[in-house]
Amino acid sequence: MASFGNAFSSSIGKKLIMGITGLFLITFLLVHCFLNSLIFLNDGGLTFNEGAHFMGTNWIIRSMEIVLFAGLLLHIIQGFRLVLQNRAARPERYAVNTGSANSKWYSRSMGLLGTLLLIFLIVHISKFWVASRFTGIPSVDVNGNHDLFALMVETFKNPLLVILYVLSMISLAYHLLHGFSSAFQTLGWNHKKYTPIIKALGFWYSIVISVLFAAMPVVMYLGLIN
Amino acid sequence: MSTGNMNLTLKIWRQKNNKAKGNLVDYKVSEISPDMSFLEMFDVLNEDLISKGDEPIVFDHDCREGICGSCSMFINGRPHGPKEGITTCQLHMRSFKDGDTIVVEPWRAKAFPVIKDLTVDRTAFDRIIASGGFISVNTGNAQDANALPIPKVQADSAFEAAACIGCGACVATCKNASAMLFVSAKISQLAQLPQGQPERYRRVQSMVAQMDAEGFGNCTNTGACEAECPKGISLENIARMNRDFYSAKFVSEEDI
Repeated sequence: MASFGNAFSSSIGKKLIMGITGLFLITFLLVHCFLNSLIFLNDGGLTFNEGAHFMGTNWIIRSMEIVLFAGLLLHIIQGFRLVLQNRAARPERYAVNTGSANSKWYSRSMGLLGTLLLIFLIVHISKFWVASRFTGIPSVDVNGNHDLFALMVETFKNPLLVILYVLSMISLAYHLLHGFSSAFQTLGWNHKKYTPIIKALGFWYSIVISVLFAAMPVVMYLGLIN
Repeated sequence: MSTGNMNLTLKIWRQKNNKAKGNLVDYKVSEISPDMSFLEMFDVLNEDLISKGDEPIVFDHDCREGICGSCSMFINGRPHGPKEGITTCQLHMRSFKDGDTIVVEPWRAKAFPVIKDLTVDRTAFDRIIASGGFISVNTGNAQDANALPIPKVQADSAFEAAACIGCGACVATCKNASAMLFVSAKISQLAQLPQGQPERYRRVQSMVAQMDAEGFGNCTNTGACEAECPKGISLENIARMNRDFYSAKFVSEEDI
């Protein structure tokens, strides 16, 4: 009988899982960033709360939320497994190793950057997602939607959290800078016509998404958006 | 035999055998000519060690013209030293300055155990080739060379992959000690030619399975291998291997 055999446990299969879940998370970030950018309308968060209300009540979105968590978990677990296996592949380290001569530091630090992002995610999810889904958001806005915007304003009065968010978005930028094009390479999409486009797209995606996300707590802390 | 005026300090990895614990040992060499190759400098050092009654440093070398891939030295943190697109025998002492300290280590990977000093066991590569890096042909008279037309671009691309000399610099420099560049080159040189088609999908599965069994790490696309490869083997080969692997696993109905 035909089977997939060791397709996913082989070295290439493990990369494939990282690549596919990575691209999935990249797609999620696009939606998340677009929706959060509604705060920049500076309308007291009314449009943003409307969007958050839609995301929290639409059954397709809610179902995708489960897939999102599954994908995220898979990406994290597989990432840690790969780091451990790759370390085991070189039991004795070099006394001198000039990695900077042949590769970018962030491409060699995906595990570290990912771990920083995981720490950030634990804080981020406990601050916002848990509140909006379980413990409840204290107030409602004039349209009767949960005032997630007010929670953001309140949260980002804490300068330590603002600093954590900005630093984490720098980690995100570098993680994406390698991850975006790396995912396509893993999928086998290395092509003289498309690869330059993918690389440029990956560069601008990483910068724009991270800058927008980092700007949110900063403008709120400075009181430019309230 | 030394005719130059370079004086250097060398920190060289000495290890008695596979089981022994190795360490870096300091050596001084003097009157080195800038025109010597790195291996000739090692010859001078070894002559000196032998004349003193010490044990010479064991290192791999064979053709000394950049095609055998034997000379596996990790020099100042880079395979084959500081220059691009060369092997150690093609590295000349003019690439260093008088008074420099040079650290020389063997390739380091679980799949490349140290045999002695700077010599490592690269038979893992041989076993990967034996698992599928070949084509099956009938014996008899050689066929006419042009019996099977092959487009020029395809022939060129296959030839570029075939330039791999199996030196292991890709594994040595990869932070994950991954052998993907080597394996993908060996797969690509056959996958792009008509003679390689009958065994194409069987080959990619067998060779990847053997690579994994040898204990090489997993590729994370840092591109260090491509940058350090003495023959300029491209990452495009890894993408091609990935595509062939997916075709074999997810499209083909045949089990290997």
